[in-house]
Amino acid sequence: MSETKDLKVKEKQEVTSAAEQTKPGLVFTPAVDIFETDNEITLLADMPGVASHDIIIDLRDNILTITGDVKPWEDSEESDVLVEFEIGKYYRQFTLSGVIDQEKLEAKLEDGVLRLVMPKAEKAMPRKITVTAY
Amino acid sequence: MMTRALYNLPNWNLRSPFDQLDFLKKEIDSLSGAFLRGTPFGALPGAGVFPMINLTENANVYYVRAELPGLKSEDLDIQVNGKNLTIAGERKIPSEGDSAKYHRSEREAGKFSRVIALPGEIDAGKVKAKLLNGLLTVIIPKAEEAKPKKISVR
Repeated sequence: MSETKDLKVKEKQEVTSAAEQTKPGLVFTPAVDIFETDNEITLLADMPGVASHDIIIDLRDNILTITGDVKPWEDSEESDVLVEFEIGKYYRQFTLSGVIDQEKLEAKLEDGVLRLVMPKAEKAMPRKITVTAY
Repeated sequence: MMTRALYNLPNWNLRSPFDQLDFLKKEIDSLSGAFLRGTPFGALPGAGVFPMINLTENANVYYVRAELPGLKSEDLDIQVNGKNLTIAGERKIPSEGDSAKYHRSEREAGKFSRVIALPGEIDAGKVKAKLLNGLLTVIIPKAEEAKPKKISVR
């Protein structure tokens, strides 16, 4: 019987990058899980409030950039009673070490979580080398 | 604006000049929270309970919004009791298999439960909630007697 721990509240991480935006707004860093298997590297990013057509995934020069746009949720008639978090777009960049086959990226957005599957290029797959005994 | 000149901040979509002061207060709060975290004086963001919510209202309805990525509606339990709204549930992160080697693991899974006391009387029978793209919106109509009434002057 395993116990599930309780989720702790965390501040949303703001990006402190040098590049300014053309439109004013806040930019946040999404929480990300990255893992690899023998054939692919998978990235999972928490981006609540982003619709699938508002995500831009860019991979060039071995740099992967993920941007998610968030539309404002409130009408102008609403007035704030308690505001604990701000909304803004999500942005994160990663350097990949060149093992990815850039043609075959697959992305899926489900429940505000982006799942990006990056198959490894042929030459990067681990090859088992069998040792013959004499 | 004073803060803009001092800090060279861009002008966000702020609704009033005082919103910039609000933002400055939040920044200072989080800075002092970071120093004091782990001590008895340290503060968690917001009310210190997951999830953080934004509570807004218009003349007829309260809106409660929370960011809950990765949650499906069957893992979420929303209840209304008097003037209290309870949002509870569990975020599950499915296992990716034994052969997965993690480079980074920043997302967390776990249970949460939060009670939010609404400022006025509500119509509990007509509360609606929707979960879209990881964003939960609970729409809570105010009770008739709590809505603002226009009084005409003769």
